[in-house]
Amino acid sequence: MERRRILLCAGTGCISSGSLGVKEALLKELEKRGIADQYEVVTSGCHGFCEQGPIVIVHPEDIFYCRVQAEDVPELVEEYLLNNRVVERLLYKDPVSGEHIKNHLEIGFYAKQLRRVLRNCGVIDPENINEYLARGGYEGLKNALQLSQLEVIEEVKKSGLRGRGGAGFPTGLKWEFTYKAQGDKKYVVCNADEGDPGAFMDRSVLEGDPHAVIEGMLIAAYAVGADEGYVYVRAEYPLAVKRLRLAIEAANRHGFLGKNILGTDFSFQLKIKEGAGAFVCGEETALLASIEGERGMPRPRPPFPANAGLWGKPTCLNNVETFANIPLIFRLGAEEYAKVGTERSKGTKIFALTGKINNTGLAEVPMGITMREIIFDIGGGIKGGKKFKAVQIGGPSGGCLPEEKLDLPVDYDSLTAAGAMMGSGGLVVMDEETCMVDLARFFLTFTQKESCGKCTPCREGTKRMLEILERITQGNGEDGDLEMLEDLAVTIKDTALCGLGQTAPNPVLSTLRYFRDEYEEHIYEKKCRAGVCTNLVSYYIVPEKCVGCTLCARNCPVNAISGERKSPHEIDPSVCIKCGVCYEKCKFNAIILK
Amino acid sequence: MKENLEKNYTEDPFDYGAVEEVLERYQDQKGALIPILQAIQEAYGYLPREALEYTARQLRIPLSKIFGVATFYAQFHLTPRGKNIIRVCQGTACHVRGGAKILQTLKEQLNLEVDGTTEDLKFTLESVACIGACGLAPVIMINDDTFGRLTPDKIAEILEKY
Repeated sequence: MERRRILLCAGTGCISSGSLGVKEALLKELEKRGIADQYEVVTSGCHGFCEQGPIVIVHPEDIFYCRVQAEDVPELVEEYLLNNRVVERLLYKDPVSGEHIKNHLEIGFYAKQLRRVLRNCGVIDPENINEYLARGGYEGLKNALQLSQLEVIEEVKKSGLRGRGGAGFPTGLKWEFTYKAQGDKKYVVCNADEGDPGAFMDRSVLEGDPHAVIEGMLIAAYAVGADEGYVYVRAEYPLAVKRLRLAIEAANRHGFLGKNILGTDFSFQLKIKEGAGAFVCGEETALLASIEGERGMPRPRPPFPANAGLWGKPTCLNNVETFANIPLIFRLGAEEYAKVGTERSKGTKIFALTGKINNTGLAEVPMGITMREIIFDIGGGIKGGKKFKAVQIGGPSGGCLPEEKLDLPVDYDSLTAAGAMMGSGGLVVMDEETCMVDLARFFLTFTQKESCGKCTPCREGTKRMLEILERITQGNGEDGDLEMLEDLAVTIKDTALCGLGQTAPNPVLSTLRYFRDEYEEHIYEKKCRAGVCTNLVSYYIVPEKCVGCTLCARNCPVNAISGERKSPHEIDPSVCIKCGVCYEKCKFNAIILK
Repeated sequence: MKENLEKNYTEDPFDYGAVEEVLERYQDQKGALIPILQAIQEAYGYLPREALEYTARQLRIPLSKIFGVATFYAQFHLTPRGKNIIRVCQGTACHVRGGAKILQTLKEQLNLEVDGTTEDLKFTLESVACIGACGLAPVIMINDDTFGRLTPDKIAEILEKY
């Protein structure tokens, strides 16, 4: 009898929601009931739907249980596994219709996705190479090794794949440059220094399907003629490092890595380098300096890494998601691969949906889908029924798009034209409670802190911009500030040395483009409509709504609220520190921001 | 004075065992300075001056260069740190879901600033750009444990566990 398979998500999100405790409870319960031999309990990588973790899927019928806790396990085993009665309260509940949904493909979050790169994530045990092999793993490599190096490059060019790390440079072209570069020694490097706040697709791929990245790197190495490679991965991702390490060991044992791979002349060894916490190391030349053991500072290009990269040798450098696309191209064929996507952006892109959205998580969608579909169909709309205000795309290098840009097809070129960029694919959704000026300040604080200090425009320019933004959010904005910001932004974009500096002004420029009125309100009316900039807001109790429950007064840390029981209270603005505790505690919505 | 120094020295000699072992492990590896520093920090909890000086002598690279690398990366620390490291995520998703308030609460409850360590060396408070668990925002990590969907009133209970 075939054993039924129970998949437990063990991505970082679900682990921190308690999935390992669920696994333990499940194994114990199955043992206790004497049915352990009928089930195969598999810990998988990320399903992407981190919001609903821990996630448990039972195969073959594909029942999707979410937010399962260890104490739910006895009921789940008794009711569902033994008596075949679905435990309704653990099913996903559609936030709009309120209906319980059994099968994960019927959930809005998954229905519009096209999971090609993530096809194994959440389905296989990433620590077991046999599961990868059973799903066509390393077939792409076998196909590629039948071709000549140039044919492999031609195939990648034909697929239309562009770099998924940010700038969207055609991958095949990059490979061709490295192939043509003169050198006795070449390297392949995988950029897994995913530092964009709000992006975690690379980590999920490494955690959920590490062999796909290894296979992609192998094909690249064969094509460009490299025999050594590195994966530069953030040390903040301990689970990804561990699974990648296990995967490399397994690939070595199975002869996919090492000498004379699959009986050919091709040899390749792969090592892991752990980053040490510097955002700028996501920039390719800084990353290479860091592998060499130096301070991670960028250097001017050209020469590009394809000609002079790691230790001065020709180096092919791609991002995790890019490499994870490669096996697909060689399994499906370039033509089939390129059927998905738009004219100039082929394939799929993984987005990390976060912020004030109902369904946070990872979603893989075909290029060309609209932002509205991603946010409202997959993301399930805005949390708490609030109003959509903007979506920030592409991390600190990207920009904010307002409501009227939501019907834009998502691809490299149209996003850039709208003032944002694909970047790594972080999507942070904001509602009316987000202040756009504060958000621009937030991003600039980040890039300013991460500026390596090598070139003046970035080191000094972002600091001056940040000072102006801080002034504006503190209520000390002046006439002329916005023009100065724009002037600085354009100069930094034109003159900074690397991608970090050149894109650092983007969040400011895009918010100025679409939300200029909010900046002007801060400067001229000393008003923050979102109620975020504390110097510009005051809390006020609406007497008609206040029932005098005293909850706010009891929670106020500075005793700024006075009033008799059962009669309206009042806030003393000279004492109030604007911490917002009263606003959060009030059950009658009697406290408002002015 | 001299007596004093000697006394200090004999009372608290620096233990070079760990750094010796680390350097041996990375012998002959190209560009291994960062992994070496990571391993030293793993062993001592921070990067002690003595260990860095020893590394400089053994690897024949200037101490200033090692200092330059150690201060460039956020991961490295030149002073002893607490037994439990609290990392508060200040990424975008956490920011829009109230990460700043979580940090504020931690600062108040531990009476610490960011990068500070409690006197009893129990906690060190740090902020990080992104933990990558945005689905659970706002998030903190204490050592290797992640705590998500936080509100300020949950903090005290979490700190109790350590």
